[in-house]
Amino acid sequence: MTPAYYLVLAAILFTIGAVGVLVRRNAIVVFMCVELMLNAVNLTLITFARTTGTVDGQIMALFVMVVAAAEVVVGLAIIMSIYRTRRSASVDDANLLKY
Amino acid sequence: MSASLYLVAMIVIPAIGAAAVAALPRERGLLAKQVTLGVSLVVLLLAVLATAAFDVDGDRFQLTTSVSWIPDFGAEFALGVDGIALVMLLLIGVLVPLVVTASWHEADAGPRPTRVFFAWLLLLEAMMVGVFVATDVLLFYVFFEAMLVPMYFLIGSFGGPRRQYAAVKFFLYSLVGGLIMLAAVIGLYVVSTSQLGEGTFAFDALRQLDIDPEVQKLLFLGFFVAFAIKAPLVPFHTWLPDSGAEAPIGGAVLLVGVLDKVGTFGFLRYCLPLFPDASRFFAPFVLVLAVVGILYAALLAMGQTDMKRLVSYTSISHFGFIALGIFAFTTEAGTGAVLYMVNHGLATGLLFIVVGMLIGRGGSRQIGDYGGVAAKAPLLAGAFLVAGLASLALPGTNSFVSEFLVLIGSFPERPVFTIVATVGIILAALYILLMYQRTMHGPPRGVLLQQDPAEPLSGTGTGTGTGTGTGGATAASATATATRPAAPGTLRVLDLSRRELAVVAPLIALIIGLGVYPQPLLDLIEPAVSATISDLGGTDR
Amino acid sequence: MPAEGLLAASWLLIALPLAGAAVLLLGGRRTDRWGHLLGTATVVAAFVLAVACTVQLAGLEERSADVELFTFISSGQLDVTAGLLYDPLSAIFALLITGVGSLIHVYSIGYMAHDPARRRFFAYLNLFVAAMLLLVLGNSFVALYVGWEGVGLASYLLIAFWYTRPAAATAAKKAFIMNRVGDVGLAIAIFVMFAQLGTTSYAGVFGSVGTLAGGTITAIGLLLLLGACGKSGQFPLQAWLPDAMEGPTPVSALIHAATMVTAGVYLIARSAPIYDLTPTARAVVLAIGALTLLIGAIAGCAYDDIKKVLAYSTVSQIGYMFLAVGLGPAGYVAGLAHLLAHGFFKAGLFLGAGSVMHAMNDGVDMRRFGALWRKLPVTFGTFGLGYLALIGFPFLSGYFTKDAIIEAALDRDDVWGWVLGGVAVLGAGLTAFYMTRLMLMTFFGRARWEDGVHPHESPSVMTAPMVVLAVGSVFSGALLVSVFPLSGWLEPVFGEPAEAAHVVAPALIGLVVTVVMLLGVLAAWLFVGRREVPVTAPARVSPVTRAARNALYADAVNESLFMRPGQWLTRALVWLDNRGVDGAVNGLAAGLGGTSSRLARTQTGFVRSYALGMLGGAVLVAGALLAVTSG
Repeated sequence: MTPAYYLVLAAILFTIGAVGVLVRRNAIVVFMCVELMLNAVNLTLITFARTTGTVDGQIMALFVMVVAAAEVVVGLAIIMSIYRTRRSASVDDANLLKY
Repeated sequence: MSASLYLVAMIVIPAIGAAAVAALPRERGLLAKQVTLGVSLVVLLLAVLATAAFDVDGDRFQLTTSVSWIPDFGAEFALGVDGIALVMLLLIGVLVPLVVTASWHEADAGPRPTRVFFAWLLLLEAMMVGVFVATDVLLFYVFFEAMLVPMYFLIGSFGGPRRQYAAVKFFLYSLVGGLIMLAAVIGLYVVSTSQLGEGTFAFDALRQLDIDPEVQKLLFLGFFVAFAIKAPLVPFHTWLPDSGAEAPIGGAVLLVGVLDKVGTFGFLRYCLPLFPDASRFFAPFVLVLAVVGILYAALLAMGQTDMKRLVSYTSISHFGFIALGIFAFTTEAGTGAVLYMVNHGLATGLLFIVVGMLIGRGGSRQIGDYGGVAAKAPLLAGAFLVAGLASLALPGTNSFVSEFLVLIGSFPERPVFTIVATVGIILAALYILLMYQRTMHGPPRGVLLQQDPAEPLSGTGTGTGTGTGTGGATAASATATATRPAAPGTLRVLDLSRRELAVVAPLIALIIGLGVYPQPLLDLIEPAVSATISDLGGTDR
Repeated sequence: MPAEGLLAASWLLIALPLAGAAVLLLGGRRTDRWGHLLGTATVVAAFVLAVACTVQLAGLEERSADVELFTFISSGQLDVTAGLLYDPLSAIFALLITGVGSLIHVYSIGYMAHDPARRRFFAYLNLFVAAMLLLVLGNSFVALYVGWEGVGLASYLLIAFWYTRPAAATAAKKAFIMNRVGDVGLAIAIFVMFAQLGTTSYAGVFGSVGTLAGGTITAIGLLLLLGACGKSGQFPLQAWLPDAMEGPTPVSALIHAATMVTAGVYLIARSAPIYDLTPTARAVVLAIGALTLLIGAIAGCAYDDIKKVLAYSTVSQIGYMFLAVGLGPAGYVAGLAHLLAHGFFKAGLFLGAGSVMHAMNDGVDMRRFGALWRKLPVTFGTFGLGYLALIGFPFLSGYFTKDAIIEAALDRDDVWGWVLGGVAVLGAGLTAFYMTRLMLMTFFGRARWEDGVHPHESPSVMTAPMVVLAVGSVFSGALLVSVFPLSGWLEPVFGEPAEAAHVVAPALIGLVVTVVMLLGVLAAWLFVGRREVPVTAPARVSPVTRAARNALYADAVNESLFMRPGQWLTRALVWLDNRGVDGAVNGLAAGLGGTSSRLARTQTGFVRSYALGMLGGAVLVAGALLAVTSG
């Protein structure tokens, strides 16, 4: 088993996620793309854990999952409240935080 | 109380006092003033006790205390005084109660509660004491920066119309200097780590270091810039006229009287002994700044129309004399410079206080808005004259002794600089007498005559910031009112009240007393100065 | 040698008037009723003490007494002890100051009787006497300097006594500033002494001044001379003295005629051991004396203000004294004798002028005087005697003392001796001219009084001092020259008077001077006495007169050379400081602020652009890492 395939897959997933964050307007989709990127990183971590034979990467991946779960909670709540007040889930409409 | 605790008490007591005053309810303004006055008198008493416990022939640093503070850095909470710091403590002890009395009504009219003003004043006193008694460089730095906070709020909350601008300018200037100094302090720590094996901030240990001359130059500049901004030397001076003009009178007195002395004190305490080679290398450069400052600031003082700005510029000129005395590297000049620091605090303090009293009555800072005040308020004019004469260093006043010592001590080493500086005494006579003539002499006129005699002048309490705009508005009626004889009652109010006399009289007594018999102070100062000069090595004549 | 007996208490000479001043100033209105009496009493007491001290001094073997008081400044090498030196030189000054001072205090009781601030006046006068005594009695140059600036302060306060008059306030400031210019010279001279000799006491400096290089001694001499010129109103610092006449007339008599302005002569005489070693500096003293003598005399001829004429006369007479002391050992005694005699007759003349002003509702314009001799007989008599003494009428005081100076000048027996002697003789003629003009315009001719002026003789409290001074003017010269020779008294200070080989016989000099003097009187009668004096000064006059009326343009020169450029420089520097130095700082602050607000524009608020930035940054970092690790 070569780790290269896993790493290529992770890179592809990460790129899809990054492009998604950059080009999509819908906050939910952007959000899911961020999750995609996180999981691409998780895949990389586990791949390297496997190749080096240590558990550090797996531990780190578990951390990422926990943080991602927490992030989902907070992020979805924010998106919900923005949608309620503005009747829109487009990230371009929420541009008040500047200067 | 053991003698070594005097210094700790001089920091802790006003700090606790500040907290207590700040905690008082808003309507207990009078109590806040009384507590502040009491605490400041206790500090004066402690300063006197510390002087009594100080042995002139003893060690360089006395009344020392040391507590471990940040063991990881080798920083200690180390206090101690030499003769130089001691006379500065006496100056603080004398000035603060007088400033409190002079500012009795300063904060009454303002939007902020009275207690805040006095709490900041006490905290400032604690920080000022700390900066002079710290013998650990890091501790010194902490006090040096912490001192800014109360002064920032005194200027920014209780100052004149442009107080925000002045306060921010003051803060930024000092902060820039302070941060450069912090870099040099860290550099010093690194050098001490490499030489002693273990880093330290203790002044006495750092003094023993043998620093490479090139490194010395860098570190010297780090300290020098901070102190030159603080002192201030030309061209780092432009914050002082703004701060001096906008600060409330009490703040201005402490600003030029004590706070700025930290700069010249720093030259003497840190720049010279820690970096002797660099000091000698940069001395001509500093002397040029000093002498240029003397003349430049004196000429600028002549061109001012605002009394408080004028007094600020005179201070810059005087700081030139102090820097000249310090960087001439002779015992006489150094002793004179330290005495100058004390005397300038008293003389310019009195000048600021008297100017403040005048401004309090007229509500304008412009010289042109006053005239012939001597005829209406002879005591005020007399105090003004004494302050002015002390400022131009007339023999018989304290400033003469110090200016004479600085010049006569500098002359053998630096004749050209001294001669140029001596020309400054003509300019000093000019700016003082011009201001005195314009405000006090001549026929009575100006804003003071426009006050309605029927309405009792508060005379003592009008905030300096409230009425600067009135001068022009009512100028048209000046001629009409000038001819009207003032009601007999107004004379009393115009002249000094008992409270104001209680402020002015001790200062005048000190000015004349130290002008006739300065030797006790010189005896305190000289050993520390000659120790500093011998740290410098070689040039003591 | 250390003082004993009364001499040990000579510090009381200074302390008494100083205490008087302190009581009067601090006591306030409570002392209004008896303040003038206290002020007079302290000075009279000081005079009595000075007489007693001098008598004791005369009986001493060594005729010099040191009084050590306390350590004033001691630091490093510098050790200044506050102490007094009572020797023959300081004794004659102490007597002059307290003696004439007492008379003028008495006079002032009457002169200032109606002034509401009389107490303040006496306080300042007492302060002046104390400072002046410190000046002459101090035993070191530092003590002298303290007194020197002290009299400057007293002079400032007294000139500005009527401070509600802008002219008085300005004149006072001008006097103080010009004095300070001189003080700088004195101060630097003291610095040089300390740097070279390590001491500032008279004994120390004079004892070792001979070890110095010639150039250094000359420098000290010239710097001291600058100080002397400032205080004594000598060229180029003479312009303040005539303006100082804005002060009350007793002040003009005491400070600006008899005592303070002669401090410069005292300084040079006191520093004789220094000047003896430097002919160069002495030559400059001579030149300044001769020049000022003429400037004062010429300006004195053209003014119509009685006090200004007397003021320029003072400038001119002090020029004589400078000329005398500039001659060195031959002239010290002559100069000091003229100083003492001048103290009498010029104080008397000023008091007389004050009496005239008192009679004429404080008018000073001589064109509105005339025919006053009948109305003011006592004033006329005393003034006339002072006048005769001043112009050197035979056998009055000025005759002896002025001739002695001319004699000493001629005794140099070189070209410069003849030039200086000639200048002095010419000055004597001019003196006779302007003083006769003053006499004729004031006391003779037709009455040209303004309406409502009713001249009346002054009260006896004012005339009595005038009489005493007139008597002094008549006899002091003869006393000082022959009966009680000053040269013998001053021998411990200046050494044995050398028996001069006279180039010109003294009798011949006396004759020549008298003839020149009479010519001056005659000229004055021809120009002024013969004709009617116009009430307003004629506008169409010769350039010479116009120059004299403007005091040879001294004020104009000062104004265009120092004042205007100074004001211009001040304005330029204020602009530079606000715009340049502060502008740079504020500009930097504004620049930083501008940059940051421009940078803030990049924060658009669009989340996706932030994300793009992050991605770009990550790519950059990764690329950099790759470049570093692989390359």
